[in-house]
Amino acid sequence: MHPFVLERPCDLSAVLALGAQAGRNDAPVEYIAGGTDMVQLLQEHVRRPDRLVSLAGVLDDGIEIGPQGLRLGAAATMAEVAAHQGVVEQFPLISQALLNSASPQVRNQATMGGNLLQRTRCPYFRDVGYQACNKRAPGSGCAALDGENRWHAVLGTSDDCIAVHPSDLAVALVALDATVELRGTGGDRSVPLSELHRLPRDTPHLETVLEPGEVITAITVPANAAGLRSHYLKLRDRASFEFAAVSAAVAIETDGARIRQARVALGGVGTKPWRLPNVEQALADKNLEPGELRSAAALAAEGAQGRGHNDFKIELMQRAIVRAVEIAGARA
Amino acid sequence: MTAALIGKSVSRVDGRLKVTGAATYAAEFEVPNLAHAAVVRSIVANGRLASIDTAEAERAPGVIALVTHRNAPKLAYQPHKGLPDAAVGERLHVLQDDRVTHQGQPIALVVAETLEQAVYAAEVVRVTYRNEAAATDVAAVDPVLPTGKPAEWEIRRGEADSAFEQAEFRVDQTYVIPRENHNPIEMFATIASWEGDSLTLWDKTQWVHNVAEEIAAVFGIAAENVRVISPFVGGAFGSGLRCWPHVTLAALGARVDGRPVKLVLSRREMYYGVGYRPHTVQRVALGASRDGQLQAIRHEGHQETSTYEEFTEALLSATRFLHACPNVHTRHRIAPMHVHTPTYMRAPGEASGIYALESAMDELAVALSMDPVDLRLRNEPDRDEFKDLPFSSRSTKECYRAAAERFGWSQRTAEPRSMRDGRLLIGWGMASATYPMNYAPASALARLLPDGTAEVMSAASDMGPGTWTSMTQVAADTLGLPVERVKFTLGDTRLPRAPVHGGSMTMASVGSAVQAACRKAREDALARAGSNDLEEAMERLGQVIEATADVAPGDETKRFSMHAFGAVFVEVAVDPDLGETRVRRIVGAYGAGRVVNPKIARSQCIGGMIGGIGMALMEHSVVDPRNGRVTNANLAEYAVPVHADAPPVMDVIFVDEHDPHVNPLGVKGLGEIALVGVAPAIANAIFHATGKRVRELPITPDKLL
Amino acid sequence: MPGAISPALAQAAGAAPALLDVSLRINGTEHRLSLDPRTTLLDALREHLHLTGSKKGCGLGQCGACTVLMDGMRVKACLSLAALAQGREIKTIEGLAQGDELHPLQASFIERDAFQCGYCTSGQIMAGVACISEGHAGSPQDIREWMSGNLCRCGAYDHIVAAIQDAAAVSSSTQGG
Ligand SMILES: Cc1cc2nc3c(=O)[nH]c(=O)nc-3n(C[C@H](O)[C@H](O)[C@H](O)COP(=O)(O)OP(=O)(O)OC[C@H]3O[C@@H](n4cnc5c(N)ncnc54)[C@H](O)[C@@H]3O)c2cc1C
Ligand code: SF4
Ligand code: FES
Ligand code: FES
Repeated sequence: MHPFVLERPCDLSAVLALGAQAGRNDAPVEYIAGGTDMVQLLQEHVRRPDRLVSLAGVLDDGIEIGPQGLRLGAAATMAEVAAHQGVVEQFPLISQALLNSASPQVRNQATMGGNLLQRTRCPYFRDVGYQACNKRAPGSGCAALDGENRWHAVLGTSDDCIAVHPSDLAVALVALDATVELRGTGGDRSVPLSELHRLPRDTPHLETVLEPGEVITAITVPANAAGLRSHYLKLRDRASFEFAAVSAAVAIETDGARIRQARVALGGVGTKPWRLPNVEQALADKNLEPGELRSAAALAAEGAQGRGHNDFKIELMQRAIVRAVEIAGARA
Repeated sequence: MTAALIGKSVSRVDGRLKVTGAATYAAEFEVPNLAHAAVVRSIVANGRLASIDTAEAERAPGVIALVTHRNAPKLAYQPHKGLPDAAVGERLHVLQDDRVTHQGQPIALVVAETLEQAVYAAEVVRVTYRNEAAATDVAAVDPVLPTGKPAEWEIRRGEADSAFEQAEFRVDQTYVIPRENHNPIEMFATIASWEGDSLTLWDKTQWVHNVAEEIAAVFGIAAENVRVISPFVGGAFGSGLRCWPHVTLAALGARVDGRPVKLVLSRREMYYGVGYRPHTVQRVALGASRDGQLQAIRHEGHQETSTYEEFTEALLSATRFLHACPNVHTRHRIAPMHVHTPTYMRAPGEASGIYALESAMDELAVALSMDPVDLRLRNEPDRDEFKDLPFSSRSTKECYRAAAERFGWSQRTAEPRSMRDGRLLIGWGMASATYPMNYAPASALARLLPDGTAEVMSAASDMGPGTWTSMTQVAADTLGLPVERVKFTLGDTRLPRAPVHGGSMTMASVGSAVQAACRKAREDALARAGSNDLEEAMERLGQVIEATADVAPGDETKRFSMHAFGAVFVEVAVDPDLGETRVRRIVGAYGAGRVVNPKIARSQCIGGMIGGIGMALMEHSVVDPRNGRVTNANLAEYAVPVHADAPPVMDVIFVDEHDPHVNPLGVKGLGEIALVGVAPAIANAIFHATGKRVRELPITPDKLL
Repeated sequence: MPGAISPALAQAAGAAPALLDVSLRINGTEHRLSLDPRTTLLDALREHLHLTGSKKGCGLGQCGACTVLMDGMRVKACLSLAALAQGREIKTIEGLAQGDELHPLQASFIERDAFQCGYCTSGQIMAGVACISEGHAGSPQDIREWMSGNLCRCGAYDHIVAAIQDAAAVSSSTQGG
């Protein structure tokens, strides 16, 4: 682990002053919240900040449900949000996505902000024994393209990077039209979650639209996403405690056996949390009937590109959508 | 006189230490003035070191020593081959020259004041390489016969080729098992401390004496001058059989800096610093008559090994005697690659070979439209047809019967995809299992004290199967003392020599030695005191009575073929749309001789079943064919089973088996056989569920879509 | 806002970061340590305080062997920087038994033979204690899911679940009485 100075500022303005460059790929300063991803990156020598600025105690950790919808403080933990009565009742998709993430211990430590900004699990990114990784070292190449890429994305990929964004939470949130509130030295702003993460294109090292030093202060979910029938389906090689091979977040409004409106997003397959408007449109007005669901889900494959080991995801993600819609539809 | 203790479910005598966190594993000994070491490892598979820039590392705070091949002392590396070492080839020498033969090879050692400082300095050592072409794609390497007499590697009985051609029913398929890593939860660790020319090592090992002898040979000192202490081993599964290069590195670091040094491998280093179950490719051809009589078995297999050692394991042994067949041909080859040497992993050879054989048997049963249990019963041999010897005991039939009955096998419908639970496909599969009974020379010492207690010791190891407890039981039983009055000690080269803690031989070998030593001590005490009550005798004698015993196998192996046998039955549920498999039930029945402690034995067996689930469904060290790196060298992307993967029903049956021939205790060992047979039973159940035969492990969802 | 900058910033870039004075409250005892900022809570326990009951199986949050309770909640000590654990109440396996009397879960681990090598055991027990107090030990299925952050390579899962069920029954009966 690279030596760093640990800063424990006591308020947000001090954080911003210290963290001016944080988040940039080569920044000598980084934020740490729950630390569950940052400590891994430090241990593996992937991130080497000279200065580590703790966000502990300076960010909102509240969970509120009001007429505007749901507001999650950036410092709320995965466990707190997953178990929150209001979230469980009105935004079960979020709770399910969280309960399918990591382990109880990690969920007690990890925060909302950190979850959205965790780095990819691409094993080449995390092993400095590989020199080629455009995300870690811009311009160095991508070891995954013709390497073992079973873990990698089929949607939103580029010739420079095919890494998956690993968050389950983000998949659920993007399906629910969540917005992220940010604060930087330049003031406050908010960004739809769907626009928070960038596609890799030819700059995979630039992962989000955050300005250097900007922090996430809260996540909001509009009230109209409440009370939907939903399901988070996560598929993986073992039964628990593993990142998704494929996951599907689905929330639907139904009229008897007919889908009035659907929201669908995928995890494990996209370079960012992947919303599927075309599938959603195709599902609208369809019956909860396997054939109809299947043809709508097929649209998820538009533009999908496999690289060999991950080809199976293109088929599996369609089936995951069908199954998730079926389960959501069967909920009372 | 106490009631017989052998066969009792005594709770672990070291249980309290383990549940309170007080058991000390290798890295946990408090040694004063300790420095910490970290290793720089190569990131190429073949070539030479072009340059090593240590300037920044040497400047880093806390660094005490930085050793590379340029400044390392020349080590003696006298010839030494322990039993777990590869028979052919020469072990890796560390930091002696600029040659790189595999990824992760140690190329520099840092010693620093603290762990953080050592690890950081290792990270900033800059190395350049002169790359040379490397063989790192197992699929692209032509296998060759290992060195030695071809007759050892290619074994024939009858005329397998022609018998296969003439057989009415034939199966001829290839099965692949990728590299797997043991991944014990405790990482390898060594604390090394020199005093003059004497070295003490606190080490994670399955064989303290072998470590002492290997390190003595490496440093050119007498083995008596190396003391190895290893009371607790946090799992090993074979990875701790050999003495690996990091032990040398720790001792070297301590020698160079003059202080005790601790070296703990990182989880990533666990994929490079110790061996692994090699990738195997096996082709099995079975020919049978209409009534299911096997007429030909041809089983060829090859496995990866390094360029510097020829590692081989008993991949094809079981094929020669498990089922009756007049015409058998086995051929074992190796694929030398620029990788580090593989090693034995739980049920080495058997687990892999029997996966292929028992999968092929299932395919044959399908071809014959015959129940797979029935097929095996029809080919039940009445003696070992390979060695041409009777079995000392063989309870396969009892195992099939007991497990089938417990499982409810008679309810099975033969047709694939014929059993369902809602939208899930249910599959029932089975496989046979066997593992040799190993028995090696062992010694033990028993010391009776006037207060009526006893101390019993042997330099054995306990990586989990319960040596501490079972030896205490055997000693107490033999002495006629309650368990609480007997203190057993292991894991120290100062104690009488025990064989390697592997091959499921500890109970047989050390147990027999403990029994013999205790018997001698007891008889001696009783005779001297002229009493027939030990406690009374000891009180009367008022002195310590000591006895040592050395046991060794006799000529049993010439008279009998000795193996444990078993049968594993499995129920899986497969989601046909999503490809997910869950194991719902496992029933295993074992004929393994006498069971010393049923409670602990059950733990061993359910542990083997979980290991088998890992092997069948998820484990795979993904070796990058381009450069030999292990892509998923961690515990997040290398999946091992978690709690949620454990089947709700796990049933373990020990069939009654009295074998007077194997060893004085009549035990056969359980550690390995518990894993054998699980993977093929699962693969066979998946076929039964889905109609899909997956011949490459692990059977992940993508293979079932 | 230069006024908000903490004193550490004044340090010359590139100089070795100073040791931090860290005070850790572990099993009810306050420990004052001078630590490299990089030290994780797990390494502080194991290397500095010789509380080696908490185990290291990966150092990356992937095995659960290092599980401890922080303010009553289970966490992975390898993912916590020690300096950031200051002010928290930390409980490790060494603090679980009351003198000679084992915690019911420790006792049931022995009774059920819920381990082999014992290396994952501290983590399993600490996670198990939390699993019970969180109310996630209602059924074997629940326990399996909520204990999945703790790998046991010896495969003792079946016995661990039984031990947790036993201890959960004890704790619900003592809570009732
Ligand atoms: C073993 C393991 C398994 C896991 N499995 C899953 C899984 O299945 N699904 C899943 O979704 N996740 C999984 N995770 C990832 C886990 O969810 C994340 O590590 C966690 O959510 C990160 O939160 P944190 O608070 O610990 O962030 P940290 O590790 O502290 O930070 C992560 C990143 O976010 C930045 N950051 C944190 N907070 C803010 C903020 N408010 N503003 C600006 N920047 C910020 C940090 O600088 C850093 O770059 C797993 C993690 C582990 C260790
Ligand atoms: S996929 Fe992206 S993160 Fe992975 S190696 Fe390629 S560039 Fe790096
Ligand atoms: S050591 Fe902390 S989770 Fe493995
Ligand atoms: S008891 Fe060995 S890892 Fe769990």
